[in-house]
Amino acid sequence: MFAGRAVSAFTLLTALLSAVASADTPTPASQEQVVKISAKRFEYSPNVIKVKVNTPVVLELTTLDRLHGFTVPDLKLEAEIKPGEVTRVRFVPQKTGTFAFHCNVFCGSGHEDMTGELVVTD
Amino acid sequence: MDFKSHNRREFLQLLGTGVGGAVFASGLGGCASAPAKPGGNDDFYFVQLSDTHWGFQGPPNPEAAVTLKKTVGLVNALQRQPDFIVFTGDLTHTTDDGDVRRKRMAEFNQIVGGLNVKKIRFMAGEHDASLDAGKAFQEFFGELHYTFDHKGVHFIVLDNVSDPAAAIGAPQLSWLKADLDKLNVEQPIVVLTHRPLFPLYPSWDWTTKDGDAALALLERFQHVTVFYGHIHQEHHQMTGRIAHHSAKSLIFPLPAPGSVPKRTPVPWDPAHPNQGLGYRGVGALAARDYKIDEFTIA
Repeated sequence: MFAGRAVSAFTLLTALLSAVASADTPTPASQEQVVKISAKRFEYSPNVIKVKVNTPVVLELTTLDRLHGFTVPDLKLEAEIKPGEVTRVRFVPQKTGTFAFHCNVFCGSGHEDMTGELVVTD
Repeated sequence: MDFKSHNRREFLQLLGTGVGGAVFASGLGGCASAPAKPGGNDDFYFVQLSDTHWGFQGPPNPEAAVTLKKTVGLVNALQRQPDFIVFTGDLTHTTDDGDVRRKRMAEFNQIVGGLNVKKIRFMAGEHDASLDAGKAFQEFFGELHYTFDHKGVHFIVLDNVSDPAAAIGAPQLSWLKADLDKLNVEQPIVVLTHRPLFPLYPSWDWTTKDGDAALALLERFQHVTVFYGHIHQEHHQMTGRIAHHSAKSLIFPLPAPGSVPKRTPVPWDPAHPNQGLGYRGVGALAARDYKIDEFTIA
């Protein structure tokens, strides 16, 4: 009983500490916050993403034109968005706040404006 | 890795050099600030120009069509003519049209052909090379990464832009390792590149994805200095014992890292045209220290 609780506590702690995108631990679909984001030169839609803290998030990224990138440097999230594919980024936000994201695959004049915000709330 | 950021004043104090004007020494050879010895056997002087963005049009620089030409005249008028000139990327402003890109590169070549000094080394920026993997750049300016030697200093040109994801890449890192393996740890090295090799401000994409791998290869050498562009402003930083110096732009300045929410150009001030634009002269002193002169476009 004690060992079982310890394992559960360890698992929970591990999950809470793993802020980096991961698809290793299956999470019941009902608990996931799924956010669809489409990219095209030189914008994301939506460009403001709101999620809850300590609740698993799945970002489903697609592109309408060409290869783009998606990175949230403060959360160490990074992915390439390839044409014709859905790129899934899974993570558990550990803290509240507003975190900037941007395209990190140069895509032309205006690339610098391809930005957005991830807002994590209680 | 130890990243220490310094503003200009702090950096000058760190180096123990005078704050007189826009001249200071770079951190080589234990940061000793040796007096200049013009004409000495090992001394030489080169000029760094960066981020000219030929072809750019817009309010951040209503004089974009003349800034580069004016700079050519200013460099030609320098009292001390450089041994050579380096352009650290974004020679042209990006375009989706390959024909327009080549036209801009041809025009750029024609303008810089007016420089009196004919020994010029070119680096690519993401605006030149990211949309076509550097194809047009190589047609006009040659290799994307290469080395050359000058009066005892080994120069290494690194390409961190032809991959649009801002990576140097494994093949080029292997090439770098092979080049460095041939050198003594006391060999003075200057790295020329476009993006910062360290994570200066990743939220504005002011980083190189695998720059840490390049710096790890360079770290064992005692005298390494990096000159780069991309961020359109002077910035001086040490990573370990490697000194990094970014150059001003010749098209429009950008804000200091993280000083404003977005990295939009600093607005053109009609009362102070060309404010924030400039280039630098670098005096190499006995292949150990670098004396940097910052010039404005007056």
